[in-house]
Amino acid sequence: MLAATVRVTRDLDAAEEAVQEAYVQALRTWPRDGVPDRPGAWLTTAARRTALNAMRRRRTLDAKLPLLLGPDEGEGEMVEPDTIPDDRLRLVFTCCHPALALEARVALTLRLVCGLATPDIAHAFLVSEPTMAARLTRAKKKITAARISYRVPPAAELPGRVGAALTVVHLLYAAGHTARSGENLVRDELTDRALDLARMLRLLLPADREVAGLLALLLVHQARRASRTDADGRLLRIEEQDRSAWDRELIAEADRLVVGALRAGPPGRFTVQAAIAALHAQAPSYPETDWPQIRTLYDELLRIWPSPVVALNRAVAVSMVDGPAAALAEVEAIERDGRLAGYHYLPATRADLLRRLGRHEEAAEAYRTALALSDNAAEQEFLTDRLRETGPLA
Amino acid sequence: MPQYAVLIFERETPGGVADIPPEVMRAHEELPARIAELGGRIVAGLALEQSTTATAIRDDLLTDGPFIETKEALAGIFVIEARDLDHALALARLTPIVSGGVEVRPLIGFEILEPS
Repeated sequence: MLAATVRVTRDLDAAEEAVQEAYVQALRTWPRDGVPDRPGAWLTTAARRTALNAMRRRRTLDAKLPLLLGPDEGEGEMVEPDTIPDDRLRLVFTCCHPALALEARVALTLRLVCGLATPDIAHAFLVSEPTMAARLTRAKKKITAARISYRVPPAAELPGRVGAALTVVHLLYAAGHTARSGENLVRDELTDRALDLARMLRLLLPADREVAGLLALLLVHQARRASRTDADGRLLRIEEQDRSAWDRELIAEADRLVVGALRAGPPGRFTVQAAIAALHAQAPSYPETDWPQIRTLYDELLRIWPSPVVALNRAVAVSMVDGPAAALAEVEAIERDGRLAGYHYLPATRADLLRRLGRHEEAAEAYRTALALSDNAAEQEFLTDRLRETGPLA
Repeated sequence: MPQYAVLIFERETPGGVADIPPEVMRAHEELPARIAELGGRIVAGLALEQSTTATAIRDDLLTDGPFIETKEALAGIFVIEARDLDHALALARLTPIVSGGVEVRPLIGFEILEPS
């Protein structure tokens, strides 16, 4: 009955709602009119009718959306009868248009694609409600005034535009994964929505390898989510995490996506990041991780996506292959580069390498620097613990 | 079709217009035709003299130079007609640039006043 209704809705939640509604109808009418000859068929028909009505209402709403977003020229745009997935995709591309500021793209996607309320979005990004409301209004105004079209971009523009959308989804997940400050490390709402969006994009753009890469990356993060903190909410580093708590099913799904994406051609940055994350997730223990392979992947990542953050992560892999002294030289080069000044993982990584080299006083100094730069309670606690092991607190 | 201004910002050179390479000049001349090929239209074009020739007025104060000093100065403006922002951006990308870039802005209005 649910499956028959899903065929109409193609959406499990909507189908479930319709089925429940059918039972409510049955409870209301059967006692009055008697139980029908074929109760199962009666329920299925009722559920499918309810689902169809709900969809018609939603289609009307979707059809009105372009009007809300700005007058639609309608040139060369035929509305296909089966427009539901297409409509969601159009909406994603409108909200994630590169002509909008990244923070506006993120906010719009949460509001219009995910349906989150403005106060919740404001709370998630630590800004006041009026600030977030103003940001959304400005973005909608630009969509209307500049006529950002409500459509899926043509094939030639698609890779760049998909990239802009993936950046938004990744940022959403990252924002939920490590809350910048405050007590709760994981904001499930944001991570769940980001994962939903990644799955939806995968469904709608099955040929895009970077979409597969991003979904795989998020799946690995999600698989390890429960083990990121201990019972007291303290942040655990990957070597301290309980690997038996990792979700093997999600990791296997991620691995299939990564393998498929890597086979199809030169990888993009999300695919390489996912490959690194999957290698970590599949290793029996931290020391037994395939570090040489991870370092090679970081070399590739640095080539296609040169960023000092990637260089810093690569330095950690170098420390596992060539030892902490070689890695320290790389970290010092990143420090001289200067772009990561103020980023607490830089002194935290330096501190860890110094600790492993037995240079405790210098390590303590670096831990103190990292501590002063972090504004996440769980991370602060972790750094304080490490500092206690290496030297005086003050 | 909606109208957009394409604001051309270029690094200025001592010779001004004389320094513009011949292939860039040619590309400028071909621009209306190329934009038409893509389904757009140039409505108007303005080429500005060097920013050193500008005079700014702020309140009652006259100053030498442009209102806003920038590394790349406003060198010219096109007004184009395009279907939507993506179309306008595709058309604006055709603008020949030596060392700078363009800004695309939707227009609220565009009027040429006839002598009365």
